[in-house]
Parts: sequence; C-alpha cells; structure tokens
Amino acid sequence: MPVIEISQSIDARGLSCPMPIVKTAQTVKAIPSGAAVELLATDPGSIKDVAAWCRATGNELVEQTSDGAVYRFVIRRK
Amino acid sequence: MEQPLNLVLFSGTDDKLQAAAVLTAGAAALGKPVNIFLQYWALESFRADRIAEDHGLAPEAGAAGRIAVDDLAAAGQASWAETLRQAKELGEVDIQACSLSMDLLKLEQTDLDPLVDGVEGVTAFYLNADEGRIVFI
Repeated sequence: MPVIEISQSIDARGLSCPMPIVKTAQTVKAIPSGAAVELLATDPGSIKDVAAWCRATGNELVEQTSDGAVYRFVIRRK
Repeated sequence: MEQPLNLVLFSGTDDKLQAAAVLTAGAAALGKPVNIFLQYWALESFRADRIAEDHGLAPEAGAAGRIAVDDLAAAGQASWAETLRQAKELGEVDIQACSLSMDLLKLEQTDLDPLVDGVEGVTAFYLNADEGRIVFI
C-alpha cells in the first residue's frame, strides 16, 4: 500500500456536530485532487458522518482509527 | 441539479435556531443547496441589534434543558449564527426574510443581520424550493 502524505491536519476535538464535517468540507475543498487530510474528532457522531460525507461527495476515507475518545480519519480528495 | 433543502424557520428560540443551523451546515457540507425562509419570531432573532442576544429556549427545555444548552455553549459549541455563517461560506445557502413578517415586525432589510440575503414572498420561496423537501421549525 502506498504511503499517504497528509497535507493538512484538522483538529476538531471538542467540537460538536456538525463542525467536524463543516471543517472537513472547508479544508478538503482547498486541497488539490489526490491530496489527503487528517481529521481528529471527539464527536461520536463523526464515525458515521465522515463515512456518509465521503460516500456522498466521492472523496475517499482512507483510514479510520480510534485512540480511546479521539477518532482519527484520513480522507483523500477525489 | 440536486434538489435543495428548504427550511421555514418560525420559532426564534436559540435551541430551534441551533437545530436549523446544524441541518443547514450538514446540507452545505454535502453540497446540497439550502433555502431558508424566516417568518415571525425567527425573523425577529435575525435583527442586527438582537442576533447576539439570548433568545431563550422552547418551553419543553425546562430548567434542566437550560443547563444542558449552557454547558454545551461553555464547552465551545458555535452559536447558531456562527454555524450559519460557516455554512454560507461553505455552500449555497440563501436566507430570505418573509415580507409579511417584515411588515408585522415593522422591519427594513437594513435592520437585519447581513446573514439575511434579501426579502421575498411565499411564492418566490415555493418556486426556489422546487421539488425539494420543506421543513418547518
């Protein structure tokens, strides 16, 4: 598997719905196609929301991990 | 073109406006256009001189609801006005004041916060709503 270079990190820890997705959409809009961002969130809704947002917008959810209360996602722009 | 989400906001309490702002920001993040039509007490809450004030909560909130809402705000939750601002930056969100409610409240567009894009009647709202669903809050 190729190594994914993360061009930006979004710290949405402590933010409630829908801010993690709003910040993700803002950031992904500003990066070139093929580039990836990392999102850190504590909103439990973000697990389903990030997956749904990626499905709806065609961006790729490359990674999803959890470190206790913090969820980490890597999203690559289509 | 994707059908818009159409919100008719009637209530002016902070909890209902927060719920509307969350729906709006979610739709904007998905690239869905949103039309918001402000009537009655919702419009009153968009007055430039009152938008940042406390607009109270729906009666069912009660004292415990008040505490819960205050706790979330203290934890850094963005206000409904800020959430709407971000939604407008992100996507296609059009906020219109109902002309009848403008008359009722004796308002001019210059009395309203810049979040409000204009004043229209219900016919224009329906035309823009097209086949998209209409939600009344």
